[in-house]
Amino acid sequence: MSKKQIIPKKTPMPEQPAAERIKNYDEVPYGYTPEQAMAEAKRCIECGRPLCVDGCPVNINIPAFLKLAAAGDFRGAINLIKETNALPAVSGRVCPQEEQCEAKCALSKRYESVAIGRLERFVADWEASQGSPPLPELPPPTGKKIAVVGSGPAGITVAADLVKMGHHVTIFEALHEAGGVLVYGIPEFRLPKAIVRREVEYVCRLGVKLVKDFVVGAAETVDELLEGYDAVFLGTGAGLPWFLNVPGENLNGVYSANEYLTRANLMKAYRFPEYDTPIVRGKRVATIGGGNVAVDSARTALRLGAEESIIVYRRSREEMPARKEEIHHAEQEGIRFELLTSPVAFHGDSNGWVREIECIRNELGEPDASGRRRPVPIKDSNFRIPVDVVVLAIGQSPNPLIAKTTPALKTGKDGVVIVDNETMKTSKKGVFAGGDVATGGATVILAMGQGKKAAKAIDEYLKTGQW
Amino acid sequence: MTDEMMEPSKQERHSNDPAEPGPVTVVGREPLAPNLQLLTIRAPVVASRIQPGQFVIVRADEYGERIPLTVADWNRGKGAVSCVFMQVGTSTYKLGKLKAGDVLPTFVGPLGKPLELDRWGTVVVAGGCYGIGSIYPVARALKEKGNRVISLIEGRSKFLLYWLDRLEAVSDRVLVSTRDRSMGNSVDGPNALKDLLGSGERIDRVIAIGCTFMMYLMAEATRPFAVKTIVSLNPIMIDGTGMCGACRVSVAGETKFACVDGPDFDGHQVDWGLLLARRKAYLGPETDSGER
Repeated sequence: MSKKQIIPKKTPMPEQPAAERIKNYDEVPYGYTPEQAMAEAKRCIECGRPLCVDGCPVNINIPAFLKLAAAGDFRGAINLIKETNALPAVSGRVCPQEEQCEAKCALSKRYESVAIGRLERFVADWEASQGSPPLPELPPPTGKKIAVVGSGPAGITVAADLVKMGHHVTIFEALHEAGGVLVYGIPEFRLPKAIVRREVEYVCRLGVKLVKDFVVGAAETVDELLEGYDAVFLGTGAGLPWFLNVPGENLNGVYSANEYLTRANLMKAYRFPEYDTPIVRGKRVATIGGGNVAVDSARTALRLGAEESIIVYRRSREEMPARKEEIHHAEQEGIRFELLTSPVAFHGDSNGWVREIECIRNELGEPDASGRRRPVPIKDSNFRIPVDVVVLAIGQSPNPLIAKTTPALKTGKDGVVIVDNETMKTSKKGVFAGGDVATGGATVILAMGQGKKAAKAIDEYLKTGQW
Repeated sequence: MTDEMMEPSKQERHSNDPAEPGPVTVVGREPLAPNLQLLTIRAPVVASRIQPGQFVIVRADEYGERIPLTVADWNRGKGAVSCVFMQVGTSTYKLGKLKAGDVLPTFVGPLGKPLELDRWGTVVVAGGCYGIGSIYPVARALKEKGNRVISLIEGRSKFLLYWLDRLEAVSDRVLVSTRDRSMGNSVDGPNALKDLLGSGERIDRVIAIGCTFMMYLMAEATRPFAVKTIVSLNPIMIDGTGMCGACRVSVAGETKFACVDGPDFDGHQVDWGLLLARRKAYLGPETDSGER
């Protein structure tokens, strides 16, 4: 280990006070100033074995970018990150760094790790503040055409990489705005949509063609796309919401998180009636689930005017899959947690509106397949929570539309498209897949990492014709 | 618009490169009856692929909701699609203001499963309100399959009916019912259907498209006669691709997404009470939105 002086704590991130931010939809952390960023980057002790790089799903050269940032060379730092990560302003905000790069930081054993995520965000925002980034010089066109289905993190990454290799890339997006889960799912207060638009514009400036409002699997099948394109990449995400299959689930006021967040984010229901799409502004909102989507939904409910926003989760806090930072933000904002609790029914009024959730208490049993302790219902512990809106955030799986219309495409559990983990090749020749459609639901950074792998393998396939 | 063949050929599909769809523009809009408008859109991607029973999702402007509309006609050669809609809220009010040349920010489709079509024998296609337009391509397709087609249309009064001539051209018989008896003999469609079934005429299938309550009554009318009755459900939707679950309906005790599992279902198996309640979910906000 080097002899660098150790600064035990992270440079604090300035952020909107909780009491204020629950009344608006603006981003919570403001971001570092250049001085704060340089000070934080200098905390890297330049250890001999930088495990942070292994902790990063796309293996960003973290010590090198920190060194450049510490010296104030933000341009150099962002260029270095962009060699392996197409969307640093996004991943700097939504990556679970505390489980990845920062968990492996040499400082983290005894002190707080270097704030790698905040610094990634800082240099990406700094670049954006300097005007449009210069476009790299593109190689001569190869004449090969690739259809990318879905414009989420996987699709944007694969498209950006392939166009830089000289291929002709068209992205087909089912919705009216590009970005996938980054625009319909993750709220503005966690990921401002202007950032997503900026990244999409950049890939379009590189020469990627974007076709919105086009549903592959409905307007055109994958087989039909292959008549006009040399390869197809499926980056269609995990868009099929799960329901609990308990009585009363179809009452008015019971939303899937996909619907709740799509109304709020993509359709901008939080600005109703300026925007036409309505959303039920419940006074008492219960969100079922313990992941990031659940926390996003519960925090959205507060911003839509809920007096009480409750997260109902079947296990204990330790098992919650949401990012610790987001759980912390939720607590600061006054979200109540009903832990070790599972809904067994929803009860409504005579007009078909949800009024109560009937729940049962759980205790933790033996670990299940996920390694987390399994919730076991406690007999006769039923109780009711009065509510006027319920959001189900219990998980999602890939939309079956494409698999159903593509006979040769093999899928596994929950409709996840089966791929080779090195090449992202599916069972169908010429078709690759990556991101949540191939994992069933993981992180933005993993989707981008798979997009990178797929772009390399697609390029290889187009050059050699070998499957 | 001229009638076109029902199956798009491969060549037709590819004459419209999906990567070059061009803007979706309004060709024209005309009132058909009070509150009912016919909107014709240049949308080659949809026009070259749409099948009877499928629908589109439309946004009237950049602030607009995504709403589903059934399709009343199309012209594959011209790349045009027509929809009939009733002006009931903010979104349809905005659609009713569109004029030729306007660009629609969203007009996506075809969505949903095509309607099952076969040679069943005698088929009644029943339409009310916007559904009078929607049954036209269905009647046409059934006729082409070799069925005997009876079109049954209803409205409160004669002045709310339209496209009789078009329906006559693709039907063996057209039955009309108006509540004020200004045209036809029956007071409403369901009763006209009951009379027809009670007269001993063999009916092999009924397809009903219109407002939820009308489809419910049509399904109830045929239930005692055990005639298979297909309805085109119209719950609230957002994406139309199975992503949000807003459109969930209960059919034969099972939750289905109308956008991808339908929109057509067996009317005798639908939980109508649930559908009617779910359709009213935003009546309050809709009123607020309209008054702003």
